[in-house]
Amino acid sequence: MALLEIKNLHASVAGKEILRGIDLTVNTGEVHAIMGPNGSGKSTLAQVLAGRELYQVTDGQVLYDGKDLLNMPPEERAQEGIFMAFQYPVEIPGVSNMYFLKAALNTIRKKRGIEELDAMDFLALVKEKLGLVEMDPVFLSRPVNAGFSGGEKKRNEIFQMAVLEPRLAILDETDSGLDIDALKIVASGVNLLRTRDRAIIVVTHYQRLLNYIVPDYVHVLANGRIVKSGDKNLALELDQSGYAGLEEAVTA
Amino acid sequence: MTGIEPIRQDAARRFAELGFPTTRDEEWRFTNVSSIAKTKFTAAPADLNAEEAELLDQHLFPNEGGPRLVFINGRYLREISDWELPKGIRATPLREANGAVETHLGRYAVYQNRAFVALNTANFEDGACIEIPGGVVVEEPIQLVFFATGGDVPVISHPRNLVVVGPGSQATVVESYIGHGAKYFTNAVTEIVAGDHSVVDHYKVQEEDERSSHVATLQVQIGRDANFSTHSISLGGGLVRNDINAVLAEGTEATVNGLYLPSGSQHVDNHTMIDHARPHGTSHELYKGILSGASAAVFNGKIIVRPGAQKTDAKQTNKNLVLSEDATINTKPELQIHADDVRCTHGATIGQLDQEAIFYLQSRGIEKEQARDLLTYAFARDVIDRIKVGPLRARLEKIVLERLHANRN
Repeated sequence: MALLEIKNLHASVAGKEILRGIDLTVNTGEVHAIMGPNGSGKSTLAQVLAGRELYQVTDGQVLYDGKDLLNMPPEERAQEGIFMAFQYPVEIPGVSNMYFLKAALNTIRKKRGIEELDAMDFLALVKEKLGLVEMDPVFLSRPVNAGFSGGEKKRNEIFQMAVLEPRLAILDETDSGLDIDALKIVASGVNLLRTRDRAIIVVTHYQRLLNYIVPDYVHVLANGRIVKSGDKNLALELDQSGYAGLEEAVTA
Repeated sequence: MTGIEPIRQDAARRFAELGFPTTRDEEWRFTNVSSIAKTKFTAAPADLNAEEAELLDQHLFPNEGGPRLVFINGRYLREISDWELPKGIRATPLREANGAVETHLGRYAVYQNRAFVALNTANFEDGACIEIPGGVVVEEPIQLVFFATGGDVPVISHPRNLVVVGPGSQATVVESYIGHGAKYFTNAVTEIVAGDHSVVDHYKVQEEDERSSHVATLQVQIGRDANFSTHSISLGGGLVRNDINAVLAEGTEATVNGLYLPSGSQHVDNHTMIDHARPHGTSHELYKGILSGASAAVFNGKIIVRPGAQKTDAKQTNKNLVLSEDATINTKPELQIHADDVRCTHGATIGQLDQEAIFYLQSRGIEKEQARDLLTYAFARDVIDRIKVGPLRARLEKIVLERLHANRN
């Protein structure tokens, strides 16, 4: 079943066109990797899907579960089951991880007509999920991302994802800046979400992460368009030859 | 109080000379008190109607043996006051006190160049006098409640408090200012003498009616190696001016924190003066403001390091969150440093809510308005979390959340 259908998507920031006609269909049960050089529009695509207002969609359509995604505010997208792991998670001093995540989970549960979790049940849930990303429970009482190292921030994103259990997870360069141990932890957290009724989009610059999260499809983005699609071997090819040839082919 | 009659007469004389300050006075540049100067106020009796009594009741801490003194329109109300205190400690209305009043009253809060202090000294009806001898720990917070009832006729009161904490003693004092009614003016002065090695925590919560004016001076004389803290929370009042002056001795540690949340057309002015008179003093100052509507706030933080006050460590921070385009803030640090081996830092910020943080919260399913509230409250928490009196902290948490919720609509 098609969970996400992107049709001729154009988007710009501050008048500059970044996405120039993206077409992509993601079915449940699939993992898609989106690769490409810096400035190709990978992160813009992720942000547009999450609903960042900074980007203006100038043309095209995105259907999520058959619904018009682009008309939904960001919180509604999350409530509908979309989760984006940020490339640069935001620090929020004064708001504890625990409070934040409980508010998020219960808002989502409420919207879905599921009973909200009380403090005890919530704590039991998060303790279990913390184990998946090998995070210390003291993180719960610390302010969201404040004073976290880069790796801790990324793990926190995967931890949140594990708690919120999205239907469509979008990982925006979650691998950047991670050492190999952290990378494996992040990948195993993501792999646990791989089920038949969910889908994952992995945005990455490097092939390395795809050794651990093996994609069903790989798409290469250059200058705001998908210029090549293939299976996991495409990622390996890119690792060998780089993006240079692809970019030239498009601009020519 | 007969012993202080000459001081009162002198203060009256001095006020007649000074008159009310104008915006031409540097200390009052951003706060115009002409509305106070122009109004003919009268004193009012200590009467409460049923509605007011209920409002007052909401502001009293659940009394678990903690002493409290209640004043209505500046006059003592014995019926709802309670002062069960350990032996030797006295918490009495000023009118019934003697020794300490004559020794201390007016000695610290000088009125020669301060019109409102002169006005208070000349006219106060009553207030609290708390005397704690040396070497005593008073565990329960002592609550002082000042309730004003404005009516058809503008009403004035001049609460006057004196707190004397002996050497090595420990005490907590909470001043609450509340009120109800169209037009009234509260002009309060509190003097605190914290003895050597004492630990004194002071809180002032100002929840006056938004149609009223509130001017208050807190004057603190802190002893050697003593630890003093004050938290000033400004929620109510239409025109508000708080002056805090703290004089430190050798090895003193002082914390001067504040939170102000003006909305609508409220005007809140906080002037603080931390006087490092002796060496090895430490002061921490954190004032935070959240402004909405067409409100205005002023922060003026003066730090003086006197000659010879070496090894002074002073830190001042003022942070403002401005939620509307019509709100204005004037913030000014004023450092006067006359010693060379000191550390003094200051910083002021004025900002809006972080859009990236709002989006981050939204992207996790939290509604935009809730995200804004969450971030705004997170901003205020710094100050609220430092309040050590449990019932007070809980009440303020609730009030601040409610206020933020109301302000966004």
